[in-house]
Amino acid sequence: MPVSAPDIAAASTAPEAGARDPGFGIYVHWPFCVSLCPYCDFNSHVAERVDHQRWRAALTTELAHFRDRTRDNVVTSVFFGGGTPSLMQPETVARVIDAVRTGWHSAPDLEITLEANPSSAEAAKFRALRDAGVNRLSLGVQSFDDAALRFLGRRHSAAEAKRAIAVAAENFPRFSFDLIYGLPGQTADDWKQQLREALELAGGHLSCYQLTIESGTPFHKGGVEAADEATGATLYDVTQEALSAAGLALYEISNHARPGHECRHNVSGWRGSNYLGVGPGAHSRLTEAGRAEASHRILKPQRWLAKVEATGHGTAKTMALSTQARIEELVMTGLRLSEGISRRRFARLTGRELEGVLDKGGLKRMTDGGFVASDDIGLRATPKGRLCLNAVLGQLLAQG
Amino acid sequence: MTEDLSRIRNFAIVAHIDHGKSTLADRLIQMCGGLPEREMKEQVLDTMEIERERGITIKAQTVRLAYKAKDGQTYQLNLMDTPGHVDFTYEVSRSLAACEGSILLVDATQGVEAQTLANAYLAVEAGHEIVPVLNKIDLPAAEPGRAREQIAEVVGLDVSGAIEISAKTGQGVDRVLEALVKRLPPPTGDVHAPLKALLVDSWYDSYLGVMILVRVKDGIVKRGMKIRMMATGATHQVEQVGYFTPKPQQTDALGSGEIGFITAAIKTVADTDVGDTITEDRRAAAVPLPGFKPSVPVVWCGLFPVDAGAFEDLRDSLAKLHLNDASFHYEPESSAALGLGFRCGFLGLLHLEIIQQRLEREFDLDLVTTAPSVVYRVRTTDGGVKELHNPVDMPDPVKIASIEEPWINATIIVPDEFLGAVLALCTERRGRQIELTYVGGRAMARYRLPLNEVVFDFYDRLKSVSRGYASFDYELAGYEESDLVNVSILVNSEPVDALAFIVHRSHAESRGRVICEKLKDLIPRQLFKIAIQAAIGGRIIARTTVGALRKDVTAKCYGGDVTRKRKLLEKQKKGKKRMRQFGNVEIPQSAFLVALKTGE
Ligand SMILES: Nc1nc2c(ncn2[C@@H]2O[C@H](COP(=O)(O)OP(=O)(O)OP(=O)(O)O)[C@@H](O)[C@H]2O)c(=O)[nH]1
Ligand SMILES: C[S@@+](CC[C@H](N)C(=O)[O-])C[C@H]1O[C@@H](n2cnc3c(N)ncnc32)[C@H](O)[C@@H]1O
Ligand code: SF4
Ligand SMILES: [Mg+2]
Repeated sequence: MPVSAPDIAAASTAPEAGARDPGFGIYVHWPFCVSLCPYCDFNSHVAERVDHQRWRAALTTELAHFRDRTRDNVVTSVFFGGGTPSLMQPETVARVIDAVRTGWHSAPDLEITLEANPSSAEAAKFRALRDAGVNRLSLGVQSFDDAALRFLGRRHSAAEAKRAIAVAAENFPRFSFDLIYGLPGQTADDWKQQLREALELAGGHLSCYQLTIESGTPFHKGGVEAADEATGATLYDVTQEALSAAGLALYEISNHARPGHECRHNVSGWRGSNYLGVGPGAHSRLTEAGRAEASHRILKPQRWLAKVEATGHGTAKTMALSTQARIEELVMTGLRLSEGISRRRFARLTGRELEGVLDKGGLKRMTDGGFVASDDIGLRATPKGRLCLNAVLGQLLAQG
Repeated sequence: MTEDLSRIRNFAIVAHIDHGKSTLADRLIQMCGGLPEREMKEQVLDTMEIERERGITIKAQTVRLAYKAKDGQTYQLNLMDTPGHVDFTYEVSRSLAACEGSILLVDATQGVEAQTLANAYLAVEAGHEIVPVLNKIDLPAAEPGRAREQIAEVVGLDVSGAIEISAKTGQGVDRVLEALVKRLPPPTGDVHAPLKALLVDSWYDSYLGVMILVRVKDGIVKRGMKIRMMATGATHQVEQVGYFTPKPQQTDALGSGEIGFITAAIKTVADTDVGDTITEDRRAAAVPLPGFKPSVPVVWCGLFPVDAGAFEDLRDSLAKLHLNDASFHYEPESSAALGLGFRCGFLGLLHLEIIQQRLEREFDLDLVTTAPSVVYRVRTTDGGVKELHNPVDMPDPVKIASIEEPWINATIIVPDEFLGAVLALCTERRGRQIELTYVGGRAMARYRLPLNEVVFDFYDRLKSVSRGYASFDYELAGYEESDLVNVSILVNSEPVDALAFIVHRSHAESRGRVICEKLKDLIPRQLFKIAIQAAIGGRIIARTTVGALRKDVTAKCYGGDVTRKRKLLEKQKKGKKRMRQFGNVEIPQSAFLVALKTGE
């Protein structure tokens, strides 16, 4: 059923609608790592010494800075990302969570995720992190093969990672870990073996990323090559087979979960929610006086810190997001999800009708070719379309 | 103006490319004091940027010099420096028509080459007295004796009076000046007869407007005179009269036997017919001068702006260039694959390259050219004849009775050791040998060749099989019926107009395959597989396939990645403007551009 702008009121009464759809997340960036991994292009840095007190103060200061303009939102998730947030002092984590809980209304089932590296030293802190309020842990395991871990420049061994997973399982009601596949020379059998080991230890969630060679990283400079297209496709298929058989269904391009174990923070982002990001380089999508805007914080940790201490926030740039830009973001992220894009939610968020904003010829070609499918609820990428999503998006968003 | 014709000498310097014509002109100008020393530079007559950069002459130039000879008299020398490249033979012919004599210059380190021969014959045909001059004797590799022998044997000139010089150092050039005065005949003509002046050349000068180079045969042309163009009937008032020293110098009149320029408030070069006879309106000559055949473009191709938005710029730029070079033709062309552009005709491949380069440089355009084609003559079943400049215009095969293609008579001079390879190349290109002779360790092969085989990478191949030692010259030699086919290139069954080409049936499959393979590498993989085919009519003669994309998705997409991805999409969208839909796939125009640019 086509939905147009005047139907917005009707749309909000749909089951998935309401104040918590698609939610409101708060992202907290911790930029420090013990060492830098050669494939990583996240905003990560190695610091000789971190003045935890100053950082704690700065993070809460920046949160406070944004509170007034975002306090109408019910916070549905908090995500500590990095860098390596498991290097934060639990005290800092606790203070940030406290600031969120006291500054905003939060959902009763508030999800609080923290990214952790699976070294023994960090595993020893898991309990304290739980006590600080974290209720979901995401571990950067990457591989269960020591040679692969060395290649990836990781500081932990496979054995350490397995122990860390066990500690996480003991301490957190929900946990996940990340694996990277498509390492040079990796065969389908190698990867199947990794998946078997993963499934023995997995909880309700698993993320599997194909190794991407990001420009400027040591891997890029060193000429390390990503798996070729055919290998990438094969490894992806292998992943789907193994994980769906184990009940960990694909819910996003690289993410698998048992029903109910999806990362709510990320899902709401992909559905097009607003979110607030604090800490160096963190991004936000906020609506100010009815106008959508995107902003991000200063990247360099020390410069961010100094700026926050001086002015109360570390925002580097704020840009208005046009309706067109909003539409594109929604389509881009929405189609990453297996559930696809809900027509009603799309109309509610953009005031536009989903099919009306897509390229007509492109949509027809993609539908006829079996790359996207639509039903009463909305539009989603088929498994085949998901695997080539960049090209599919190019077809659907050709106009504008 | 001189009334004494006996003290005028008009001559052209002709030679093979790079044998030193312009350098000799430098010395002659210098020795006669035509330019102050500080304004002298190498090949001072090559003024166009592209001439200086490539070190070749494209446009013939005329200079009047005053030479005080050993006999104590001062002579008026009118020197015409000509281009050596075969594409510009037309410039040579025009210059020759304005003179009574020629210097045939031969690089003594190289000997007689193909254009030495061709230009020498032109001079003989023009009835010229010819002074053979051997150049570059300052170089250790110079073999003036051998060059002399070749001139005598191959060209058939008397070499007893040949002069050995170095145009670079000036050695022997004084003897050239004396020989001009002593051996060349003065012009003839009647100063008192009605004006008869040959319109030798015309071009656009940004200060002076349209300038006309004339050779006065009879009578006098003066400032203020009302002249009439005998072919077109147009009349004009002469504004300025002058000559080049090489700087333009005004004078009152040009008389019988003299060469110089006039301006007459003529709007465009197109209003002047090169070869026309100029007479006085009030006292017109009865019979015009013989004139010359107009130059005809022999090589055609499409020129398209890479950026579709630059079409208007291209049109204006072509119009501007055309003001100065009326020898290229252009007409609008619309291609489904490349958008709007122009179908252009040129005197040859170098001419094409030069015009393209000038458009890109002087007008800052980014261009793509389609494969050069020749002019085919198509006889249709209804008895019609059609001149085909563009494969796209090929009539329906069932309506074609026969197709004729232009042939050339080619002369190739090559050292013995490379002869085998050169002959093999000519045979591969459907050539028929007419004659094969040997002179002093070198062979001279005359071949009849289809021109379309020559415009298809022949020069590059000739250069590579002879390691650059072969010289090549040709003249057009009529049309012949031939088994030609129009090969179309299809992407997902739709023809790409810009890639169609006409070729002899025997080469159709191999050339079709080459293009299919090339496109296969250039077309990025897409969601659907892409069939690339070469076809003659409905028959597929070659095919390749670009397989469908298997994986193209970003593994991670969090926070800032969204902004990054959206920017990427923005770029993609811009790129789409240069995409062309073929069924369910889009092919970037750049794929066609690169396929065309890389040539063979
Ligand atoms: N060593 C030496 N080099 C010479 C002599 N004459 C000309 N050259 C060189 O030969 C090259 C070609 O000379 P040009 O005068 O441009 O020859 P051209 O015949 O006018 O060439 P086109 O106009 O392109 O046909 C230049 O590099 C000159 O410097 C000479 O007597 N000795
Ligand atoms: C913010 S990062 C890392 C968090 C944590 N510091 C760690 O390294 O475990 C989140 C995940 O992205 C994945 N990742 C990072 N860079 C990647 C790349 N270049 N290619 C594929 N996956 C990558 C890794 O699996 C990583 O665990
Ligand atoms: S992958 Fe994780 S640990 Fe490695 S540098 Fe990046 S953020 Fe730090
Ligand atoms: Mg020259």
